[in-house]
Amino acid sequence: MSFPSLLIQLLNGLADASSLFMVSAGLSLIFGVTRIVNFAHGSLYMLGLYGAYSLIELLGRTPLGFWSAVILAAFAVGIVGALIEIVVLRRIYRAPELFQLLATFAVVLVIKDVALYAWGSEDLVGPRAPGLSMAVEILGKRIPAYDLLLIVIGPVVLGLLWLLLARTRWGALVRAATQDREMVGALGVDQAKLFTSVFFVGAVLAGLGGALQIPREPANLDLDLTVIADAFVVTVVGGLGSLPGALLAAVLIGVAKALCIGLGTVHVLGVDIVFSKLVLVVEFVIMGVVLVLRPYGLLGKPPAASRAAGAAPLPLAAPRWQTALVWIVVLLAVPLVSDDYVAALLIDIACFGLFAVSLHFIMGPAGMISFGHAAYFGLGAYAGAVLLKRAGLPMEAAFLLAPFCAALFALVYGWFCVRLSGVYLAMLTLAFAQITWSIIFQWDALTSGSNGMIGIWPAAWLADKTRYYYFAMVFCGLGVALLWRVLFSPFGYVLRAGRDSPLRAEAIGINVRGFQWAAFVLAGTMAGLAGAVFAFSKGSISPSAASISQSTDGLVMVLLGGVETLTGPVVGAGVFTWLRDALARETDYWRAVLGLVILLIVVLFPQGLVGGLKMLLGRFRERRA
Amino acid sequence: MLRVTDLHAYYGRAHILHGVSLEAKAGEVVALLGRNGAGKSTTMKAIMGLVPPARGTVTFAGRRIDRLPPYRIARLGLGYVPEERRIFTELTVMENLEVGRQPARAGVPTWTEEKLFTLFPNLGRMRERPGGRMSGGEQQMLTIARTLMGNPSCVMLDEPSEGLAPIIVEQMAHSILALKREGLSVILSEQNLHFCQSVADRAYIIEKGEIRFGGSMAELAADASLREQYLSV
Repeated sequence: MSFPSLLIQLLNGLADASSLFMVSAGLSLIFGVTRIVNFAHGSLYMLGLYGAYSLIELLGRTPLGFWSAVILAAFAVGIVGALIEIVVLRRIYRAPELFQLLATFAVVLVIKDVALYAWGSEDLVGPRAPGLSMAVEILGKRIPAYDLLLIVIGPVVLGLLWLLLARTRWGALVRAATQDREMVGALGVDQAKLFTSVFFVGAVLAGLGGALQIPREPANLDLDLTVIADAFVVTVVGGLGSLPGALLAAVLIGVAKALCIGLGTVHVLGVDIVFSKLVLVVEFVIMGVVLVLRPYGLLGKPPAASRAAGAAPLPLAAPRWQTALVWIVVLLAVPLVSDDYVAALLIDIACFGLFAVSLHFIMGPAGMISFGHAAYFGLGAYAGAVLLKRAGLPMEAAFLLAPFCAALFALVYGWFCVRLSGVYLAMLTLAFAQITWSIIFQWDALTSGSNGMIGIWPAAWLADKTRYYYFAMVFCGLGVALLWRVLFSPFGYVLRAGRDSPLRAEAIGINVRGFQWAAFVLAGTMAGLAGAVFAFSKGSISPSAASISQSTDGLVMVLLGGVETLTGPVVGAGVFTWLRDALARETDYWRAVLGLVILLIVVLFPQGLVGGLKMLLGRFRERRA
Repeated sequence: MLRVTDLHAYYGRAHILHGVSLEAKAGEVVALLGRNGAGKSTTMKAIMGLVPPARGTVTFAGRRIDRLPPYRIARLGLGYVPEERRIFTELTVMENLEVGRQPARAGVPTWTEEKLFTLFPNLGRMRERPGGRMSGGEQQMLTIARTLMGNPSCVMLDEPSEGLAPIIVEQMAHSILALKREGLSVILSEQNLHFCQSVADRAYIIEKGEIRFGGSMAELAADASLREQYLSV
């Protein structure tokens, strides 16, 4: 590759970095003040892009029309952000942090369908920027003038943000609230207004980042999750709360991605390295390396211990065997009294139930939030499929070995993950999940890539639907029972001790990290088992089994049921799977309905479904007593 | 000015305050004495709305405030200086003061940065210094100054002398008397009886979340058995 084309790719990467920086800066600002990881930030970017498209159509393809559209779109998105804060998040600031996360997931679902309704499912290609559609010649190569402008806009926005934060009263309040928002309230500052304004500014940044991309990137409905994943990576690589760090990381990642595209296939020592295939993973590789070397990001600082983090979770209550027996009898009876549809739905629920319980196992009792648990589900599913179709193993062997393949990956990924905690840990799990997904997605020879694999049917003796139903129930049930049993063993006590007070746990001789690692591997194995049951029940498998949306589905299930309860994840998985299935058959906008249902639950039951029901029951008993 | 009646408060399920009642009149310095864990800080936090009161009433300047959020209470003119100081470490002295700034209020002294720097001269010499790079005494001055920027008519100081060198404690006593001269009411929680004697008009003793004594500072000073029972370590 020649120097000029390298330079062009570099500039291209810098142009990408501008928007990436803006989204990440907004995300970082909101997280700093409100402690909310706003999953809907990518959706706001997407709205900015769509909004700019429509506004340009409306205002005309003139320089004035174009730039007014970009600015108006950004501010419109800002208003959407402020509304999200006022309508939803303000009601749940006292709820556990994870519940706020669930609310922002729901907002993602709603915004996606609003965009689908307003703009349709086709990609929308925006116009070139009027007056800037020419190309500039650099070293004999041509680069769009608009890209050069974007390269300048990034640092300018950073400068303006810095002035806003360092030189205004609002900035002082934001920085003070980032450290100790309760104290800011005790000094007479209305937190609600401050939070709304922070959401507004953060959303304007996301909207602007999106709107500015209109000449370079078609607006499409998948942007929300890809952009949020990118923004997470940038924020974490740069250091949460550090704006210069965000710019640095955005540049690093933008350039690395562009270089991977530019380098194409390179022959090194007789080996072909296909750099263009690395595009999907390069940022996650960078993030993994940075987090291991500098756990708080390039320019970040260790997070301040959060004050008044909410009440400590109550001890888990063990399930009663009588209740379990009733459920077993009911599940055994289902095929006798109902049709195939119910059985198929119950198999799905069993798979996702085990998946959710395994996620809850590390999230709840072990205190490690994972944004990438689908990796192990997908690995289990694909391991079963690959062992059956490529290695030619009998189905029984492929099925039994599959969870252990997932375990192997969990062993490696987990080693890195348990070195971190909190949001950083969550992001690293996401990084590993994305790497896994993109390998599955791109390794055509092994996994058939984006087409997925078909013909993954169970052995002849299990071909009957009813038999497979019992097979699925037995394995998923055993998996759930094992995880629950472990929680009430000394191993489970150690995990909870490590979550509640890592220092004290270590002081009494517990190797907290070691136990967390073991928990991570066990949870990964069980997610793999769920994936294998799932793959053989469907007969086919696609990369979406390991995707971000599969991971977020798992989170929603756990949070919906209630992370502080034992049975919550199963209930959450049941309600979620059933709702999704029932809604998808009724309406194209099932995501929005699901999102609204989740929002309603979040506002009404801030403890999750099972937690909320328990609370209601408790009140009822108190009243009677 | 401030009247607390039968205040109960919980941390989770732990019942901390069992019906605390106390009062501070305009322009009065009132001490709330008690051992570690007696409920002094919780009383102040419950008055301020930082720990929601479960039962009881709090009236301030003629208004019920026991259901209001902290920022509304602060805006009515009740200032709170926390025990742990809670300085914004990344912000400079001037910025810390800015966060505390509220509009002037009729009938109470209005504070500006310059007026505060005459009360706490040390702060005036380090206006651009980040809060995290100040000594404990300087931070204690700053946290009081920050609260005064809200132009309160009454301030609650939670253990203002804790962990400070004797000479700084003496300065603190002078500052509190200066606030009294400005016409402010002051409620301070303390373990240091000697310090209270130099500033307070009246005193309450709190033990296990209940008020065990209320009277003039002189009465308390005269009663050795009371001191022995509730205050000696």
